[in-house]
Amino acid sequence: MEINFRHDVDNVLEEARKQNKPVLLDFSAAPM
Amino acid sequence: MWPDDRVVRFVNENFLPARVHVKDDAEAFRRFGEKYNAHWTPTILELDPNGDEQWRIEGFLPLEDFLGQLMLGRAHIDFKQAKWVEAEKRFREIVEKLPNSDAAAEALYWAGVSKYKASHDSTALKETAKAFTTRYKDSSWAKKASIWA
Repeated sequence: MEINFRHDVDNVLEEARKQNKPVLLDFSAAPM
Repeated sequence: MWPDDRVVRFVNENFLPARVHVKDDAEAFRRFGEKYNAHWTPTILELDPNGDEQWRIEGFLPLEDFLGQLMLGRAHIDFKQAKWVEAEKRFREIVEKLPNSDAAAEALYWAGVSKYKASHDSTALKETAKAFTTRYKDSSWAKKASIWA
């Protein structure tokens, strides 16, 4: 089980508006 | 913290998750870092559906405290949208499931406020002040609630 973080943040923000769902935005330096 | 099943489940159920990496997404990290005033890692923002920041977690936290902060932020999003019943439920869930986390005392406070906002019955605040006489007595939230006694 994992979190499928997306990197297209602009699209995520647009989808959040349409879906009326909050966004979790992670500023990370962790190894990917 | 991210590999934990409880954290993964909570994030997937409650958010659209996005990440900007300081090196691998350098341009996005700079752009969104400026937009949201986030210049350090880890910084985790909870944004409402309009993209406005409602909660911020900066720096590493142990698992239960991290999950507590995630849950606290999500509850505050409901609170700021005047979803009082939903917010109270979320705040109380933190107290019940993560009673020893740093978030618990704050959650107990806001659960009482949410109940009051839904009912306009001051008993909700008095009950909260009373609850603080047995739990989290040394927290700043107990001091804040003491005025309701």
